[in-house]
Amino acid sequence: MSILLDSKTAVICQGMTGKQATLHCKQAIDYGTNIVGGVTPGKGGMEHLGCTVYDSMIEAKEQTGATASLIFVPAAFCLSSLMEAIDAEMELVVCITEGIPCYDMLKVWKRLKGSKTRLIGPNCPGIITPGQAKMGIMPGDIHQPGCVGIVSRSGTLTYEAVLQTTQLRLGQSSCIGIGGDMMPGTSFVDVLQLFEHDEQTKVIVLVGEIGGDAEEQAAAYIKSNVTKPVVAYIAGVTAPPGRRMGHAGAIVSGGQGTAEGKCQALKKAGVIVVDSADQIGAAAQSCLD
Amino acid sequence: MDLHEYCSKELLMQHGIPVPHGVVVSSTQSVTAALKQLGTQDIVVKAQVLSGGRGKAGGVKLVSKAEVEPAVQAMLGSRLVTKQTTDAGLPVERVLLEEKTEIKQEFYLAMLLDREHKSITVLASKEGGVDIEAVAASNPEAMVQIVIHDAVYSYHIQTLGRKLGLDKSLYPALSDIVMKMYGVCMSSDVMMLEINPLVLTQSDQLICLDAKINIDQNALTRQTKLSAMRDFSQEDKDEVEADKYGLSYVSLDGNIGCMVNGAGLAMATMDMIKFCGGNPANFLDVGGDATEERVMHAFRIIGQDPNVKVILVNIFGGIVRCDLIAQGILSALKQVSLNKPVVVRLEGHNADLGRKLLLRSDLPLYANDSFKEAAVQAVQLSKEA
Repeated sequence: MSILLDSKTAVICQGMTGKQATLHCKQAIDYGTNIVGGVTPGKGGMEHLGCTVYDSMIEAKEQTGATASLIFVPAAFCLSSLMEAIDAEMELVVCITEGIPCYDMLKVWKRLKGSKTRLIGPNCPGIITPGQAKMGIMPGDIHQPGCVGIVSRSGTLTYEAVLQTTQLRLGQSSCIGIGGDMMPGTSFVDVLQLFEHDEQTKVIVLVGEIGGDAEEQAAAYIKSNVTKPVVAYIAGVTAPPGRRMGHAGAIVSGGQGTAEGKCQALKKAGVIVVDSADQIGAAAQSCLD
Repeated sequence: MDLHEYCSKELLMQHGIPVPHGVVVSSTQSVTAALKQLGTQDIVVKAQVLSGGRGKAGGVKLVSKAEVEPAVQAMLGSRLVTKQTTDAGLPVERVLLEEKTEIKQEFYLAMLLDREHKSITVLASKEGGVDIEAVAASNPEAMVQIVIHDAVYSYHIQTLGRKLGLDKSLYPALSDIVMKMYGVCMSSDVMMLEINPLVLTQSDQLICLDAKINIDQNALTRQTKLSAMRDFSQEDKDEVEADKYGLSYVSLDGNIGCMVNGAGLAMATMDMIKFCGGNPANFLDVGGDATEERVMHAFRIIGQDPNVKVILVNIFGGIVRCDLIAQGILSALKQVSLNKPVVVRLEGHNADLGRKLLLRSDLPLYANDSFKEAAVQAVQLSKEA
């Protein structure tokens, strides 16, 4: 078992013929991901990485039976691609693109409500189920099938958690980067719920950062709904207020969204909160002893 | 991106929202012509800097027409230090001259893109013209919050009018302002539109006495008119330069420079330095792929900070191999003369190979494969230097 993605999931890549998409799709195919086609408007009929490229999502879905889409379309055009994927009723959409305007995401949010689609991202590394498949830009080789479910707002910081749990031979069930934007399609709470019900997952690692209240909401959810042990690390203790730290969503404003507040909320919910990023793996292991 | 007060008011005016009649000047020579356009005897002189707290810092003055020119002269070319700026303050390159408004009552009215509700939210308070964060902290009851899900409806206006204690005769004017503010937000990718204060004049008109607008950074490419209003003189010059090369850089007051790939890991690196007893000099995300060119510019920009005693590089080589990153670091260091020790922690694909390359060089480099030990080493070096 795993969550959302396995080796059978049929994936279309939107924007497949671009440079970044080509690099990452090739690595995903090598990892074992079932990529069944691509979509680039105007390039329909072309062959790319051994797959057929289609002009539209509807056509790609009809021809391949895909249920998931991986998006690499540039930010300025991404709103249309996201809407196209939702309209084609993709069950899972992973959007890697960084820099999508907030008002575009507001429209996507309204359209997602009541739709059949779960959106991961944007501005995220994607999702991987080790040993089976990956939709995203994470390096496959640091992962190992196992029992830790990882959910994070950051890319490279997720890789740290992955590497530590791999080195300790715990491995991972699935790893999901929900992204660093202000309005991610999937929240910590959504993923916690999935991990709680996944048999393979024995311990959950949550990697948060300053800004917003996603970690506080996660804490409230954990307190009343999660029975599995949860380890958390929150980045940005030293971040000055009012400054955006790289990610669009990483900002402490009006005293809200501080690392301290998030750590306290999580501790109160019974979560093991580590002080530094190198302790994540050891803390996860301590839960299993 | 923040807009200056005069730019914010221009945008509001274009949408038909009432603001005081004013003229912006950038030299004392244009004061006389500007005053001819203003009707009141007394004039409000406002320094245009991108910071709050201007009034208390002497950046806002109420003077007679005769005193305007000396007041403008004193402000132009000076640097205004407010409680929100650094000690160096911000340069005053423009001054807004406005007709005096006869105030009966002051309110706070703002609209923001609300990440929690995924909507536009109105924030308002009966207590305007003051530090609103202080009001929110000391008297949260005085704040009104209204979530606008898809459009402004009359019940929103009635709720707002009641909470602000406005006479019913003013509801149409309030409605007009709120509807138009919503329009400004939707059409201009506004993250925050703050009117503080919104004023009820002696002649019972509602008018926006001060305005502050923040535009979504991600939308600047489509908001060409607004992005042309960006005033680089108000920003940290190293941060502006970093932005040019696609680097996210925020300068801090410590002495350990940081270069990291990924925003989350960059924050975690700052935190680790603090955890090990040191102080980070900056946040810097060199980007997921850490190319040689970006690494070079990152070293150069970090090196410009005179406080920096040592640089800690923390790179997780995911898609890009660590040996390639190590080569990039070495050739970047050769192009930039730093004269400061550099501690490098490489992890991920081919990390061993990368470390060997670094150790073989004759540059003042320390290679460490542990995140924490690298931070400890950097802290030690910062104390020895």
